[in-house]
Amino acid sequence: MTESIINQEDIDNRQSGRLALLTEFWSYFSENRGAVLGMIVFVCVVIIAIFADYLAPHSPTEQFREAFLQPPFWQDGGELRFPLGTDAVGRDVLSRLIHGSRYSLFIGCIVVSVSLVVGVMLGLCAGFFRGRVDAVIMRVMDVVLAFPSLLLALVLVAILGPSLINAMIAIAIVQQPHYVRLTRAAVMGEMTRDYVTAARVIGVGTLRLMFVTVLPNCMAPLIVQAALSFSSAILDAAALGFLGMGAQPPTPEWGTMLAEAREFILRAWWVVTFPGVAILTTVLAINLMGDGLRDALDPKLKRS
Amino acid sequence: MLTFLLKKLGVLVPTFFGVTLVAFVFIRMLPGDPVLLMAGERGMSEERHAKMMKQFGYDRPIYEQYFSYLGDLVQGDLGTSIITKKPVFKEFMTLFPATVELSLCAIIIAVFLGLPAGMVAATRRGSAFDHTVMTGALTGYSMPIFWWGLLLIILFSGILGWTPVSGRISLFFFFEPVTGFMLIDSLLSGQEGAFISAMSHLILPSVVLATIPLAVIARQTRSAMLEVLGEDYVRTARAKGLGAFRVIGLHTLRNAMIPVITVIGLQVGVLFAGAILTETIFSWPGIGKWMVDSIFRRDYPSVQGGLLMIAAVVMIVNLFVDLMYGLINPQIRHTD
Repeated sequence: MTESIINQEDIDNRQSGRLALLTEFWSYFSENRGAVLGMIVFVCVVIIAIFADYLAPHSPTEQFREAFLQPPFWQDGGELRFPLGTDAVGRDVLSRLIHGSRYSLFIGCIVVSVSLVVGVMLGLCAGFFRGRVDAVIMRVMDVVLAFPSLLLALVLVAILGPSLINAMIAIAIVQQPHYVRLTRAAVMGEMTRDYVTAARVIGVGTLRLMFVTVLPNCMAPLIVQAALSFSSAILDAAALGFLGMGAQPPTPEWGTMLAEAREFILRAWWVVTFPGVAILTTVLAINLMGDGLRDALDPKLKRS
Repeated sequence: MLTFLLKKLGVLVPTFFGVTLVAFVFIRMLPGDPVLLMAGERGMSEERHAKMMKQFGYDRPIYEQYFSYLGDLVQGDLGTSIITKKPVFKEFMTLFPATVELSLCAIIIAVFLGLPAGMVAATRRGSAFDHTVMTGALTGYSMPIFWWGLLLIILFSGILGWTPVSGRISLFFFFEPVTGFMLIDSLLSGQEGAFISAMSHLILPSVVLATIPLAVIARQTRSAMLEVLGEDYVRTARAKGLGAFRVIGLHTLRNAMIPVITVIGLQVGVLFAGAILTETIFSWPGIGKWMVDSIFRRDYPSVQGGLLMIAAVVMIVNLFVDLMYGLINPQIRHTD
């Protein structure tokens, strides 16, 4: 009878322990008002992306031949049918922006997952095996880092051919080294800890040691980096789209929309302004969230 | 210091070979072979193709080709542009000063605004000024600069009509380049209004290019200052009764500068990436625009040479920054 009560308490303690961790994280995160604001905006963008088909008033590719370069509704000549106006071939700017959010989030997700997974693998190998493996991996990463990221991505796309998928591959490749370096540094820091030695002594295999014992303790900087590279992936993809090397027209990708709008900048401010506002808002929201994550997860900065 | 230099070079040299390898592999990963690329859209007969493959040595084993490529590099031969038929190295060198001028102006703007902003924000932590600077910095850091450039063109060239839309100087002025820097050349030419014209062409692109470095420098200065302000010796200096100006100016700033200088140095890569976009928007005849144009014109030898040269410049500047860092902070020299 008494035993079972003690057991019950043990379980309760563990649950509240995990909950306490989450609560602690949230209390640090929510202390940063910017981070919470960023999260709210980001969640909104995600919702817009998911329900784009229902939220957009028109199809993103439908051309209204009676309404070329129509201004937003509050200006002379604008109408509520096209709240943010139309572009040079009569497509609704708002609908295109709403659908564009899908591409940006998709790019961010794919780029971050690919570069995170591959980068963590390489970083773990480098940090674990040291010696020659480490030297080779790190030199290759140095070479990638020697090129300005956008330039390398541009050249990679030139080889692969301009398309959204190739742009994502190129961006994932140029973002890789950051994950490798972070993981390697974190792993090397953890390897000297007692728990790793203890795990080795009791005969834990290398793979288990790498992924189950050490990796979870290296996650904090990686999560922060993932948030930051999510936003830079969106920026780089938009830049490639702007240069004509990313998503191709008529895809309603925000950077590509800007590229199409470039020749009308002095005639129709709305076709240029709104896609940029969309990019800036999304990227800023993610960066605000990233700052909050860093404050909440990085113990060194916790005191501030 | 010498061992430090050698250690840095020990990392740099293999990296440079890696970079040459990337540039070498690049042109061979493209569909078609180099001779067909040179021929362009016209194509050529089988015989001529085989003859040219032999003439340029493309029929030899790949490692031999790589070594002969390295041999050419050592002699400063980066290949010949398909479009202009001029040596790529020469093309690069004529356009390089334009990019350097733009980048220098950008970094000057970034440092002169970012340093004081970050310093004042740190000393008045939590104030309205601090919040404004930090919000501004994060916005700048998140800015799609190609859009930012277009907005500034709409405002200053379109609505206000203050600045020209593109180029380096008005077409009314013509003089032989002496230094390659338009600001200096326009002064040397002695033509009235030339300097003003060059300046008005330069200002918008440099503001656009400065945006991200400015944000990074302001943020970095603030956090470096905050860290140092919490140190014991700063408290001691304060306890001794030294004035705020002396404490911040002498004790804090000098130590906070170390990470900041590194960050400034590391912006070179960022500047090149930014230059690609900025030069494209403002039709600035520099390396960034040349690279984009070369990619679109399928002028692959130029892309290959430009890639290599840019990586080399970035690496050399980073080495220089590392050395400066080691010079200022002896601790760095003795740790790995």
